Amino acid sequence: MKARIKVTLKNGVLDPQGKAIEGALGSLGFSGVASVRQGKLFEVELMETDPAKAKAALEEMSKKLLANTVIENYAVELDEK
Amino acid sequence: MKSGVVVFPGSNRERDMLIALEKITGKKPAYIWHADTELPDLDLVVLCGGFSYGDYLRTGAIAARGHIMPAIARAAGKGVRVLGICNGFQILCEAGLLPGVLMRNAGLKFVCKEVKLQVANADTDFTRKYRPGEIWRCPVAHGDGNYFADTETLKRLEGEGRVGLRYAEGTNPNGSLNDIAGILNERGNVFGMMPHPENMIEPLNGATDGRALFESIMEAVA
Repeated sequence: MKARIKVTLKNGVLDPQGKAIEGALGSLGFSGVASVRQGKLFEVELMETDPAKAKAALEEMSKKLLANTVIENYAVELDEK
Repeated sequence: MKSGVVVFPGSNRERDMLIALEKITGKKPAYIWHADTELPDLDLVVLCGGFSYGDYLRTGAIAARGHIMPAIARAAGKGVRVLGICNGFQILCEAGLLPGVLMRNAGLKFVCKEVKLQVANADTDFTRKYRPGEIWRCPVAHGDGNYFADTETLKRLEGEGRVGLRYAEGTNPNGSLNDIAGILNERGNVFGMMPHPENMIEPLNGATDGRALFESIMEAVA
C-alpha cells in the first residue's frame, strides 16, 4: 500500500527558504507570486493491507519523526487501490 | 566532576569537547557511543556539535531518536546535568528535553564567526561563574541556529528565567527570537546553546571566556 505524507510549516512560522525561492521566482520574471512556502513530501510504501491500520501507523510515524509538530503540520494520504 | 561526551555518526566537535573537559576538570571524560543504551555514572553529559546523520530530515532529528537517548532522558530526569552545544542543542530540542526548535538561519547562510554573548540569567548551574549581564566572547558555527518557540513557550521561558544566554545587542547571527542563544529546561539541569564555549578556553583560542561555563557546572555538582 502506498502513501504520501505532506509536511508543511505552520502559519506564522518564518520560512526563509520559501522567501528566497519567492525572490528567485521574481527575478526570473514570474510576476504575481504572492508568497512561497517550502515543505516536504514523503512517499512511503507499506506492507500493511488494511487501510485503517496503515493510516494509524502513518500518523504515528508523522508525529514521532517525519514532522516536528512545534513548527510543522502533516497530512497523510493513502492510495487505496 | 565526572563528564562524558556523546558521539553520533556525523558529530565532529567531540575532540574539542573532550580536550576542553579534560583541561578544565582535570579528569578524562568518557566517550559515549550513540549505539550504547546505558550511560556510565556521570555528573555531566555533553552532546557535542557536528552534523549528526548529515542533518537529514531536520537537524538533530535522527540522533534525537537514537539508542542512547532514552538513557540521557532518564539521567536528566534524575537531575544529572546535560549540556547540548550546537548540534547537541538541536538534538535536545528534537528529543523534547528542551522546548522549541532551531530553524534555518534567517540569513540562509552558515555563520562561522565570533559573537558576543550576554548572561541573561547568572543564577543557573551553567552560568553562575559569570556576573549578571556579563558580556563574553564566543564563536558560533552553524546553519540552523534560529531559535523558535510559540508565543506561550517563549513567555514561559522568559518569565521563569530559563533564557541563560542571549546574543549581545547587534550580534544575533541567525534571527533567534529574543536573541536567544541558550535555554534551560524547567528543572534547570538541561542546558542547550548554539555557540561553542569549548573553543574559547585557552589563550590559543584568543580568549578564555568559555571556561566559566564549565566551571559553573563543576561548582554546581561539587
